[in-house]
Amino acid sequence: MDKTFTFTVNGESKTVTTDPERPLLEVLREDLQLTGPKYGCGEGLCGACSVLLDGKSAFSCITAVEDADKKEILTIEGLAKDGKLHPVQEAFLAENAFQCGYCTPGMVMASVDLLNDRPNPTDAEIRSGMEKHLCRCCGFPKIQKAIQRAAQAGR
Amino acid sequence: MTTKQQSNEYLEAEYQEPIEQVGYDFGISRRGFVKVLGAGLLITVSAGTVLGQRGGRREMGRVQHLSQRIHIAKDGKITVMTGKVEGGQGARAELTQAAAEELHVPVSQVELVMGDTSLVPDDGITAGSMTTPLTVPPVRKGAAAARQGLVQIAADRWKVNPTDVEVRDGKIIHAASGRTLSYAELAQGDEFGAAFEQAPPADITITPVKEWKILGVSVPRPNSRDLVTGAHKYPSDIVRPGMLYGKVLRPVSYGAKLVSIDLEGAKAMKGVVAVQDDQFVGVAAPTTHQARKALEAIAQSAKWEPAVQPSSREVFDHLRSSVRGDVPKNPFAEQLANAGKVLKQTYHVSYVQHAPLETRTALAEWDDGKLTVWTGSQNPFGCRGELARAFHLPNESVRVIVPDFGGGYGGKHSGEAVVEAARLAKAAGRPVLLKWTREEEFTWAYFRPAAVIDIEAGLDPKGQITSWHFININSGPSAINTPYRIAKVDCRFVPSDSPLRQSSYRALAATANNFARECFMDELAAAADADPLEFRLAHLDNPRLRAVLEEAAKRFNWRERVKQKQPDVGMGLACGTEKNSCVAACAEIAVDREHNRIAVRHVCEVFECGTIINPDNLSAQVQGCVIMGLGPALREEMQFADGKIQNPNFKHYLVPRFNDLPELDIHLLNRSDLASTGGGETPIIAIAPAIANAVFHATGARIRRMPIRLPENVQA
Repeated sequence: MDKTFTFTVNGESKTVTTDPERPLLEVLREDLQLTGPKYGCGEGLCGACSVLLDGKSAFSCITAVEDADKKEILTIEGLAKDGKLHPVQEAFLAENAFQCGYCTPGMVMASVDLLNDRPNPTDAEIRSGMEKHLCRCCGFPKIQKAIQRAAQAGR
Repeated sequence: MTTKQQSNEYLEAEYQEPIEQVGYDFGISRRGFVKVLGAGLLITVSAGTVLGQRGGRREMGRVQHLSQRIHIAKDGKITVMTGKVEGGQGARAELTQAAAEELHVPVSQVELVMGDTSLVPDDGITAGSMTTPLTVPPVRKGAAAARQGLVQIAADRWKVNPTDVEVRDGKIIHAASGRTLSYAELAQGDEFGAAFEQAPPADITITPVKEWKILGVSVPRPNSRDLVTGAHKYPSDIVRPGMLYGKVLRPVSYGAKLVSIDLEGAKAMKGVVAVQDDQFVGVAAPTTHQARKALEAIAQSAKWEPAVQPSSREVFDHLRSSVRGDVPKNPFAEQLANAGKVLKQTYHVSYVQHAPLETRTALAEWDDGKLTVWTGSQNPFGCRGELARAFHLPNESVRVIVPDFGGGYGGKHSGEAVVEAARLAKAAGRPVLLKWTREEEFTWAYFRPAAVIDIEAGLDPKGQITSWHFININSGPSAINTPYRIAKVDCRFVPSDSPLRQSSYRALAATANNFARECFMDELAAAADADPLEFRLAHLDNPRLRAVLEEAAKRFNWRERVKQKQPDVGMGLACGTEKNSCVAACAEIAVDREHNRIAVRHVCEVFECGTIINPDNLSAQVQGCVIMGLGPALREEMQFADGKIQNPNFKHYLVPRFNDLPELDIHLLNRSDLASTGGGETPIIAIAPAIANAVFHATGARIRRMPIRLPENVQA
């Protein structure tokens, strides 16, 4: 049975009426045309779908839309403000921390959350914090460097 | 619908890997059921088989008119067209650089259109490290021809000699008279069109390496910003008006035949379309969620007739016993009889998956009998051909568009998803987006072949290898020949009956062949009581391979580190050459007996592929190869039984993650005296044998199997 949910997405209030069990990822992509978050595995094992839910990194593919009700959602599309990139986006660009780039939106969002928690992470903390995020091009060293660069920019 | 298992030698001279197509046929005439995708496990390489429909060999990279390669608009905007595609390997930057270099314009002024079959010339499949050696040159020549044509037009207008003008930043300058004309101004003239409707001259001169300003530089990917903002539209992100989301019913197991199914459960759902065309069954719905529910509803009613399939436990025995023809015997009986020592070993390599993060995806749209499909494929013209055959259309009625997509690694050469999406769209009368699930990708995409490799060699008392007999069963002939100097050599590939659908993977069989060869070289070195490095060098003439091996050993400090004995720590090395490039790796590993694992602590890899076109991108490719290679080296392995994949997810199929990162030293040797060759594959072939050899150094145990696992007597 469909239900109506209201949440804030990238600063705008949105209302959707849908099956409560539907993955948030599919609602974002198919109903709200926010295709930045990606499908990679559908079970929270790759991180390509990561968004910030009330400020914390969440796998939108295993978040039921009803669990996002009345919450604040930030996707990669909402991270830059007025055309100015977020420092993490700037750092990924400066380090060319992508190959195919399909993991990048999830990596960036998870990195934002990581740096919110730990503004000065060690490499080991970055690796542990990002362990759930896959890059199949295996560009992990550059992603790690980008996160360090963003941390330095934030200091 | 009928399907045929087609096993095609790909028709390009440069790319010899077979592409196992699913062979859907949605024509009117039913040519008898053979097998559906997945039903089928096929038939691998049958050497020399060609598809008649292709009408002969395609000529890659050549254009009849310059305008097929380069367009300059009246506002001066430059568009370069290529049939190559971007899946993260760096072709977009490299080909943009190639055009900008020869046009004498900044990279930012060149827009590169890739992989749209209605707009671009057929540059062949994006595979085999071929973009650099085979597409960069025609793009450069086309751009150089365009520049020369523009120079000629300007010189004619000014009535001066073309050699007296120069080209800078898209402007033609006659310094003596102070006159300039921009490309935009020239593009507005009448002479321009005629110049671009000619074939590029064959004898065009391109810029020598020492004069390069844009090639040879670390130019970032031109659409980088869109990658970090989420603005880039991957194939799975494309939206068309009124489109539906599709799902395809997969057999319950490999080889299972659909006996009956009731579609009513899906058809009763609002907005859902369900279609059956013999063995093909699928649904399309307004949301993915609804499509999933519709598929679940009808899947329950399906009756299947299963088929007997080998399991991964017995796969190596199966491959050996199912070889096609005879396994050639070692022809060097005399050398072996006279050798001081004879060694013989067998190596096994498991099936693995590419697991690109973006699964197979296609959005198909029919309009008045014409078909347009957006997809992530390494083979846009091949997909067009598959669609044309499946729906009995002329090529001109099919357009395949490949937006920059989410990873391929050799895994996206076939067009099953495009054909499935097109069939669903035809049934729905609306555009349909089909996105395979991770489980589908792990089960119904093709695999890197498993290998059984036998090697036998003789050693003389001085430690020289006297004969070498190498047999690869099933996985392929890439890099099968030994680079070492040996008097008597016989290396053969023997096809077998693969229980899984198999095809290309980054570096093809070079990984398996190099793994076996380099592990066996280590065994021979030990038998000769020689250091693994010195033993290789004593058999190695190839100066490029020697150079990377010596450089890696030096940077790793091999000669010192291999003497230091620490408990459960080992050093190993390996080298190899393939696709006209050379690689060597040294690795330090630590054995963790308690957790029964091997930790790769440090890898030093040196790679050389001629003149470097984009150092940063090449370095990323080499890094990616080393880390990606850790997966199949240590953990990745398809497990299957009763026709089912048992680990079709990232929980049980363990790809490399952040915590697997070793300390990495990557060094590129730039040979600006040699032509540029591709670098996205060969760097993967040295890592696994270097690790296996390091495990021997640490434990004394030889591991002759990929993935490399600690033997029981080493475990705690």
